Amino acid sequence: MTAVRRSLPKCPTGIKGLDEITGGGLPSGRTTLVCGAAGCGKTLLGLEFLIRGIADFGEPGVCVTFEETAEDIVTNGATMGFDLAQFMSAGKLAIDHVFIERSQIEETGEYDLEGLFVRLGHAIDSVGAKRVVLDTIEALFAGLSDDAMLRAELRRLLRWLKQKGVTSILTGERADGRLTRHGLEEYVSDCVILLDHKAEQSISTRRLRIVKYRGSQHGTNDYPFLIDDQGLSVLPITSIQLAYPAPRERVSTGVEALDSMLGGNGYFRGSTVLISGSAGAGKTTFASFFCDRFCRAGGRALFFTFEESPDQIERNMSSVGLDLKQWREKGLLCIDATRPTMTGLESHLVRIHRIVVQFDPGAVVLDPLSSFVDTAQPFEVASMIARLTDYLKQRGIVTVMTRQIAAGTPAEGTEANISSIVDTWVLLRDSESEGERNRGLYVLKSRGMRHSNQVQEFVFTDQGINVPTRAQGSSGGLVGAVRLAQEQVERRANEARRLTIERKEREIARKRRMIERQMAELRADLEEDEVALRQLHAGESIASLSESEETFRLASADPNGTGVTE
Amino acid sequence: MTNPTSIRAATDDGSEQWLLRLYVAGQTPRCLQAFANLKKICEENLTGKYEIEIVDLLKNPQLASGDQILAIPTLVRKLPEPVRKIIGNLSNAERVLVGLDLRPRVTP
Repeated sequence: MTAVRRSLPKCPTGIKGLDEITGGGLPSGRTTLVCGAAGCGKTLLGLEFLIRGIADFGEPGVCVTFEETAEDIVTNGATMGFDLAQFMSAGKLAIDHVFIERSQIEETGEYDLEGLFVRLGHAIDSVGAKRVVLDTIEALFAGLSDDAMLRAELRRLLRWLKQKGVTSILTGERADGRLTRHGLEEYVSDCVILLDHKAEQSISTRRLRIVKYRGSQHGTNDYPFLIDDQGLSVLPITSIQLAYPAPRERVSTGVEALDSMLGGNGYFRGSTVLISGSAGAGKTTFASFFCDRFCRAGGRALFFTFEESPDQIERNMSSVGLDLKQWREKGLLCIDATRPTMTGLESHLVRIHRIVVQFDPGAVVLDPLSSFVDTAQPFEVASMIARLTDYLKQRGIVTVMTRQIAAGTPAEGTEANISSIVDTWVLLRDSESEGERNRGLYVLKSRGMRHSNQVQEFVFTDQGINVPTRAQGSSGGLVGAVRLAQEQVERRANEARRLTIERKEREIARKRRMIERQMAELRADLEEDEVALRQLHAGESIASLSESEETFRLASADPNGTGVTE
Repeated sequence: MTNPTSIRAATDDGSEQWLLRLYVAGQTPRCLQAFANLKKICEENLTGKYEIEIVDLLKNPQLASGDQILAIPTLVRKLPEPVRKIIGNLSNAERVLVGLDLRPRVTP
């Protein structure tokens, strides 16, 4: 909360989101009117106001119920996980069921509602209440006939509550054209909250609006809210601005090839990633690999699936060598499965918010976004996703969304126009050629980082996502059978080259041997000549001694009498 | 009942006993009026077989929820069963008698 001038003390409701819209809570020490049609959550809002007051702010409360019994209220509390009976025995909560049945009552002469005041005063004093809920006080109008008296008493009641210094909630049923059937809004001047229940295309969305808040700024929009086993969650959607931080830290995509295509480091922390592709392109698998790596690094990942059950994802991913079960067991991975048609878009948003706050993940997967397009207008989908990603960004969460592209549409086209909010866009392409389909990976855009401009082929194996060595053909990268053919051609060429080299080597060796032999012969010739020369020299001197002796020596040295060799 | 003021009037002649309880909040004119009106009606119609309890909620606020008291004054017919409630200062004796089932209800 930024420091704002507080003209009015506020009483925090503790209801998720409501305190943000009201700038801190309901007007303290005053009365707030909560109105809406039947079943819109008025009673629950009042009850949660009391419960949170007791559990979170140490403020005891009183619930005066005109419609439900105390047992009903205790049961309602239990659905939110609170033991109201325990609060009551601990003296922190008083529930008074005011039952009024017109047929059992005869009216004669003047009366006032002092009895109600006494009961309420007694209840407030007995627990030291700071918070009071009157649900639904309009039941008095059905039970008693003196309208003028009732109105006067109602005015007195509000004054009296203010004097008591309690923060109170009145609930009122909405009537045609008016906020409440009996015009309670005329008396409650401080704060009026309207709850609504709208059904569009048979999917209902709850909305909350602050009609009036005297002396305080407040959000004026219709805010979607959700009621579930944790009570109310209001989503202050439009308060999110483009003011999130931009971390420089990177997280691995879980697929090495994709990491290297993104400059070797993966996604930015807090960025929004879109993985789009046709059916069966491997979007979920990529998202799962990302989760696996994220958990391996000790992070917490939250996987929202809108098409498959958690078990199915686990099983399918084990076929590519991913063991997601271990992370779920360690509490690092949470897989949340809902049908997109289960609730309205806004309710989904609120729900996702709530789970994100609870689980506090570092990575969120939404698989797939396309399911939402069937349930709502593209514009609404885009705006919901923008709000969601802004919110996740603010928390520094990496968001990986998958999106199916209908066959035949251009890969870059997205009906919901979500491309502009995406930081990194990975395209999984199925290209068909030469009688087969091949998977290609392409980074269409990635803000703030160097990224590859190539289409990288990949195949799924039982060890994971495998990237074959890239083959470069004359007309670009080659995939599939063409790549295999190219590889074969290359292998043959290599073989041929090897053979040529070997042949050449053999040839040279032969030549060398031949030349060496020739050299040896020539050397022998030379030596022979030299010997002959020496003999000539020697012959001259010997001849001078005895020619007959020389002849004899030669004959004995060469028994064959060839006289050629020495 | 610990505190309520009890007014026992007349004798018990064995017939149906009436137990009437009047809830008030302090000694306001309206409450005093109601009590006076009630006493008069009882004397005239239930001589000798009624008992009136006065419960002052300012003194005993915890007693208000038991009989589901909202309006003041409220007269509750505890006996004979079933329980009947009449609110107001009991100024219209006819309607009080109808409320106490001492006169048949006139269906409009």
